[in-house]
Amino acid sequence: MHLVSVAQAAEEEFQAPGPGDFEFPPLFGEGTFFTKPMLIIVLGTLAVGALFYLASRRATLVPAKAQFAGESVYGFVRNGIVGDTIGRDGRKFVPYLTTLFCFLVVLNVAGIIPVLQLPATSKIGIPLVLALISWAIFNYVGIRRHGFVGYFKAMMFPPGLPKPIYVLLAPLEFLSTVIIRPITLTLRLTLNMFAGHLVLLLTVLGGEYLLVEKGGALAFLSVVPFAFSIVLTFFEAFVQVLQAYVFVLLSALYIAGALADEH
Amino acid sequence: MEGNLNMVGYGLAAIGPGVGIGLIFAAYINGVARQPEARGVLQGIAILGFALAEALAIIGIGLAFVL
Repeated sequence: MHLVSVAQAAEEEFQAPGPGDFEFPPLFGEGTFFTKPMLIIVLGTLAVGALFYLASRRATLVPAKAQFAGESVYGFVRNGIVGDTIGRDGRKFVPYLTTLFCFLVVLNVAGIIPVLQLPATSKIGIPLVLALISWAIFNYVGIRRHGFVGYFKAMMFPPGLPKPIYVLLAPLEFLSTVIIRPITLTLRLTLNMFAGHLVLLLTVLGGEYLLVEKGGALAFLSVVPFAFSIVLTFFEAFVQVLQAYVFVLLSALYIAGALADEH
Repeated sequence: MEGNLNMVGYGLAAIGPGVGIGLIFAAYINGVARQPEARGVLQGIAILGFALAEALAIIGIGLAFVL
């Protein structure tokens, strides 16, 4: 992508990475539609499927390696996320949330896997669809539990407040629950991955620029950005797993909020 | 000099969430220091607060690139 001939490179200014670095041409030439983020989704789906296939293929009372890995993830979501937020009612949401967590972890961590090196979730379409699924689920279970009117009444008119407050509170609550929630869920994940990938690109390309294109005494300075890129890669690994956790935690909280009885 | 004023604006906008996230984790560390057993409960709450405060910074960077 950034291969330029040496003669050109001498006068080349440093091109800072930007949103343009997230546009990918089709993998198999012009006219086809299959791009790199799509490839990562396919690989990620296969990886998650393989994990749970191997984990459940020969389930025994004393788990072997694969089964232990699968059960650890499942147990983490069930006890660590659902147990603390939804409680007993949450059992039936655990499969969805576990799959969501694994899928997001795999797609996010693709950002630091060599060769792939792109968090597929930095393309807004992927988190958007997942956020819409979570949105549909929490609204659906809320309406089923409280009825259509009851759900919106519990959401917009929490009891025990002075009457005039509701003029302000009701529209705000409606806006925040029905419209803002899926948007922030999407943007938080997308832009975290976007910004993280951009910072990694900046350190690596900056180091490469100093080493290859500036040359001379400045070439030694390229150690600094390269060292930073290594540190930031570990930081990104942490952020990627954390953001998958946050996405699932918030989905669980929204479901819990929709299921909660009136206080 | 080249560049985009949006990024200066984003830098200013990130101060608020930065302070907010700092306060959240300060409170979390305080809580754990006073009562180490409460770590598990506090961790979930701290990360939730962090995610909500961080959303502001994230919306900021989105707008910085889009506007």
